[in-house]
Amino acid sequence: MTIGISRSSSTGPAGEPTGKGAQIRLESITKDFGLAHPAVDNVTLTIEPGEFMTFLGPSGSGKTTTLNLIAGFESLTSGTIRLDSQDVSTLPAHKRNLGMVFQNYALFPHMTVAGNIAYPLRERRVPKPEIERRVAEVLELVQLQGRDKHYPSQLSGGQQQRVALARAIVFNPRALLLDEPLGALDRNLRAALQLEIRRIHREVGTTLVFVTHDQEEAMNLSDRIALFHDGRIEQVGSPENLYAEPETLFTARFLGDSTVFALGDQPVTGPVTWEDERWAVDSGTVAQRARSGGPTALVVRPESVGIVRDRAQVPSGANSVRARVRDIEYMGAYRTLLLAVGQEGITGRARIPAADKNYALGDEVVAWWHPDAQRIVAA
Amino acid sequence: MMTSRPRWLPHPGWLLLIPAVALLGGILGVPLWQSFWRSIGSGDWTLEHYSALFTDGVTLKVLARTGQAAAVVTIVTLLLGYPYAYLMTRVGPLWRSVLVVMVLMPFWTSALARNFGWLILLYDNGLVQRFIALFGFDDVVLYGTAQGVTLAMSQVLLPFMVLPLFSALGGIDRRLLLAARSLGSPPLVAFWKVYFPLSRGGVVAGCILTFTLACGFYVTPALIGSPRESLIAQLLGQRTTQLLDFAGAGALGTLVLVVTLVLVWWANRMGGSMATIGAVAGQTGTRR
Repeated sequence: MTIGISRSSSTGPAGEPTGKGAQIRLESITKDFGLAHPAVDNVTLTIEPGEFMTFLGPSGSGKTTTLNLIAGFESLTSGTIRLDSQDVSTLPAHKRNLGMVFQNYALFPHMTVAGNIAYPLRERRVPKPEIERRVAEVLELVQLQGRDKHYPSQLSGGQQQRVALARAIVFNPRALLLDEPLGALDRNLRAALQLEIRRIHREVGTTLVFVTHDQEEAMNLSDRIALFHDGRIEQVGSPENLYAEPETLFTARFLGDSTVFALGDQPVTGPVTWEDERWAVDSGTVAQRARSGGPTALVVRPESVGIVRDRAQVPSGANSVRARVRDIEYMGAYRTLLLAVGQEGITGRARIPAADKNYALGDEVVAWWHPDAQRIVAA
Repeated sequence: MMTSRPRWLPHPGWLLLIPAVALLGGILGVPLWQSFWRSIGSGDWTLEHYSALFTDGVTLKVLARTGQAAAVVTIVTLLLGYPYAYLMTRVGPLWRSVLVVMVLMPFWTSALARNFGWLILLYDNGLVQRFIALFGFDDVVLYGTAQGVTLAMSQVLLPFMVLPLFSALGGIDRRLLLAARSLGSPPLVAFWKVYFPLSRGGVVAGCILTFTLACGFYVTPALIGSPRESLIAQLLGQRTTQLLDFAGAGALGTLVLVVTLVLVWWANRMGGSMATIGAVAGQTGTRR
């Protein structure tokens, strides 16, 4: 046995993952089910050893199909998948040595918790005493000591998912693949299990691919996020990178709220115009993909937007636009003003302090932001 | 203002059950009781008719032969029915209906017509014999033999195997197979360790239905089988219609009923679902 789930060997002195687990390389992979367009369309991505990579995207965007291709449940139409340097494109699922966790847990109902967790070890002909030791060890890791003789149906959803997690890591897989593992759980349990998954990832230190359509979950957990859209990867990067520096309107909209001003095909190297407003552009905020021409959009996050009663109060150098308060959402920690912006009345969002009760529906206001807080993306 | 009903009076809804209860009691309960009553000497409280079953040298032999024939039919239908039911869970709704219709076809043909049909097919130098002779089996005799009876019975009983299996297999989450494969099982091992154990309820239900029904077959063995290899139902028929030995027939009937009930009880403990059996029996009827 090499890489146990024994914590001593899996984390460095500072508790940092030592980066074991395989590197996963997707080289121009395509999966075509013969529908209008391929489910996965020429995706190239390298997932580093020990990395927590999240596949994020709406349903039908290809993220789960990509995971199934990595797992070996689906065959590639074209392209290559490598684990470390080994080409596994045609290797059957049972020989890939990847731990998989499913949304519906997929625990074997006719086996106990211990039987479920021991299953991959028995398939690998691990000696019985060692099976018992490792099952006990991993049960402790997922904090389910004493449940080994229960059947899955006797456990709660959260406990079942921990068993599924234990079963997927007990055989030291080269990587862990999780397909919307928290999708069936309620909000509080999700939060608890997110922490749990992060802790387990830290302790085991394996490469982890996590599929979700929940952007908050992706932001909370990931080292990097690959945002899927129509079978392609729209953008890859750290959560901060995707949130603060979206390349496209799709990315900007999928992660977090924003106010979106369509700019059409006008050049974005200098000041831009929208309706009868003229706004300064900080060249650092123009996305790479917006520079190459084509339609663009200017997006501003609600937390960057300030609200004043008239133009004279707008700080110098800031961009601003007229708006009318359409609705006010009380969010506990803050309030969100929903605005009808400009002549067209597009929807805008601004975040104001929860205690600020100065605004009423229908108020005419001016929304402003600094040019370095806006982002110009490909639309 | 609601008129209140005294506590001791049952809910009026129960009145709806009266016709069914009267019918069942009249055509099932009373005759069953009568035959049992005769089997114990109509009030003489004797067990001689029962002890005769074990000493006449015929009954036990026929009982064993019936059990054997029923067991063979059960195994044949299981081997044919499992892949068939599996296929039914894997195809679309249209093909599923086609498969259901095909398996239910025997029920929509008259028992007599169906058996005579088999007779023609199985005759010496008949269609079936000539067909299998093509593969070199030119000495197989089906008419008047246990093999021929097994073949004809298996066709009729196939739905009783297929339908409970289908309902059991349809309830198995196929993602469990993916899970098993991701955990290191080759596809066939995944099937054997995960899928098959989960289908056990359907297997037991189908087997017990098929077996108990096969035990009671009358027309098929009488027409296709040899008189020297008669089964228990023929023995019963003989006792009642030819020998007019109602007490002996009653004892034999009671014995068969008890054996069947014990089997059903045992199967229930083995994990077969009585609900499945009931549903399927109700769906297809028990005409033979």
